[in-house]
Amino acid sequence: MDSSILLPLIGIPIVVAGFALRFNPLLVVTVAGLATGLSVGMDFGMLLETFGEKFVNSRSLATYLLILPVIGLLEHYGLKERAQAWISSIASATSARILMLYFLLREGTAALGLIYLGGQAQTVRPLLAPMAEGAAVSAYGEDLPQWIRDKIKAHCAACDNIAVFFGEDIFIAFGAVLLMDAFLKENGITNVEPLHLGLWAIPTALSALIIHMFRLTRLDASIRRDVAVWKKSSNGVQA
Amino acid sequence: MSTLITINRIYYLVGFIVMLLVGMTLKDKGNPKRYTTALFWFLFGAIFLFGDIMVDQWGKSVAYRVIGFAVILISVLAGTGMLSKGSYQTTTHEERKVSSQRLGNWLFFPAVLIPVITVACTVLLKGVSIGGMFLLDQKQLTLAALCVACLCAILAGWKLTGGTPMQAVRQSRQLLDSIGWAAILPQMLAMLGGVFVAAKTGESVQHVVSIFVDPNNLFLVVAIYAIGMALFTMVMGNAFAAFPVMTAGIALPFLITGHHANPAPLLTIGMYSGYCGTLMTPMAANYNIVPAALLELKNKYQVIKVQIPTALTLLIVNVFLMYFLAFL
Repeated sequence: MDSSILLPLIGIPIVVAGFALRFNPLLVVTVAGLATGLSVGMDFGMLLETFGEKFVNSRSLATYLLILPVIGLLEHYGLKERAQAWISSIASATSARILMLYFLLREGTAALGLIYLGGQAQTVRPLLAPMAEGAAVSAYGEDLPQWIRDKIKAHCAACDNIAVFFGEDIFIAFGAVLLMDAFLKENGITNVEPLHLGLWAIPTALSALIIHMFRLTRLDASIRRDVAVWKKSSNGVQA
Repeated sequence: MSTLITINRIYYLVGFIVMLLVGMTLKDKGNPKRYTTALFWFLFGAIFLFGDIMVDQWGKSVAYRVIGFAVILISVLAGTGMLSKGSYQTTTHEERKVSSQRLGNWLFFPAVLIPVITVACTVLLKGVSIGGMFLLDQKQLTLAALCVACLCAILAGWKLTGGTPMQAVRQSRQLLDSIGWAAILPQMLAMLGGVFVAAKTGESVQHVVSIFVDPNNLFLVVAIYAIGMALFTMVMGNAFAAFPVMTAGIALPFLITGHHANPAPLLTIGMYSGYCGTLMTPMAANYNIVPAALLELKNKYQVIKVQIPTALTLLIVNVFLMYFLAFL
């Protein structure tokens, strides 16, 4: 076999090894890019040009930074504290119930194309996480340890990701659907409409809903067990 | 036809805000690496602020090479641990409690304005022009709408709390510093994806698969396409970058041409298999690492840890869905 056909793949083991050895990801990615380009014979100048062009053309990925000042300002004046106080006034609110409600709303609105209705910076940090955490705090007390709080907050971020990922492809004007459509047309397959792609997203979207909701129904019990472990260990220390 | 809020003007705004933060970092004596931290963000901000001007003045070739060099410098600064957090003026928990009681549920108002105005502008200002000028960038409508929404929310927050926009930017420095290099990783990966396409990686994947896999074993090829999408997405940090490589390498030659698969369910479920990979990789920094920083989690991989059970179950489900639905 001609081994030169494998050269373009050299970036993959570099990324995997770089991560395993815990090098900084920015450095790993840059080295992987350089190695891939140079191994297929691109000259260094052309490679720099590709780097610059792609970086400039993907600046839209960083526009979420515009949200940070608003969040910073509101938190300075007690947004998180307000979210926690408000949720603890609703007696039936538990961490898992809040997450389930959010999951349904987020996947449903994403399927309608309203992807920017939520997000990690827009809704998870300022609203969802303080509420889910606040519900647990009002159930188990202010001294709830950090590791249980972190588990709840990580579930908030996961909830947003999973709901939006598997809802968004149902909406036919979303980037992924347009990307698939363009790929098919480019390769001479013309009998597929974006609408078909959106429809075939539904089985996976429903599966994601069932799987993750099932996990969330068990979250409250899991938090309760964690609290029992914490109480037991803190009693042990006192005794 | 001209446009009022173009995507390029939004980039200027991002660059301008980053430069304000650079100035604050330079003055922050509580940051042990303030000069290199400031240089890191300066290079990043400069690409937003001066990128378009450089392309206009010097031509694409020279400008992109200079920016490519700056990008390498950025990754060296991050890779050699030259970034550090600083000291920040914040209120105490008690002060925040008092002010949250004073302002009540009105505090939610500016936060809720962001999604509401974004969606409203996206729907209502599509194709709207005044005096021959589009209000929002029609090609990047959502991002332009998001920018309008953030500005409105800042103004509403100013009115409500009395905190000025400048104060808002100052408060965001702690958030940006805790996100750190992860803020830049998505763009770095877009760059790596570009190099992979230029290096024709898809052909290599097809070659490797044809050596190791019997193309007549339908279930195995389906599983390799779905799992390959997930794995390659984990490396690339982005299903969009993995999709053309794996689909051109496996789905098109072996499944669509070889086994007459129905392309619509095949590709849709293939893309979703990639999303399962997105949930499991630190490379997808904007979904997995940035949130861990935003939520101040001790373990920056904890979001991934929570997502893995759902992602793996769903990936297995996807293999079967693909096997049954694409060959009805």
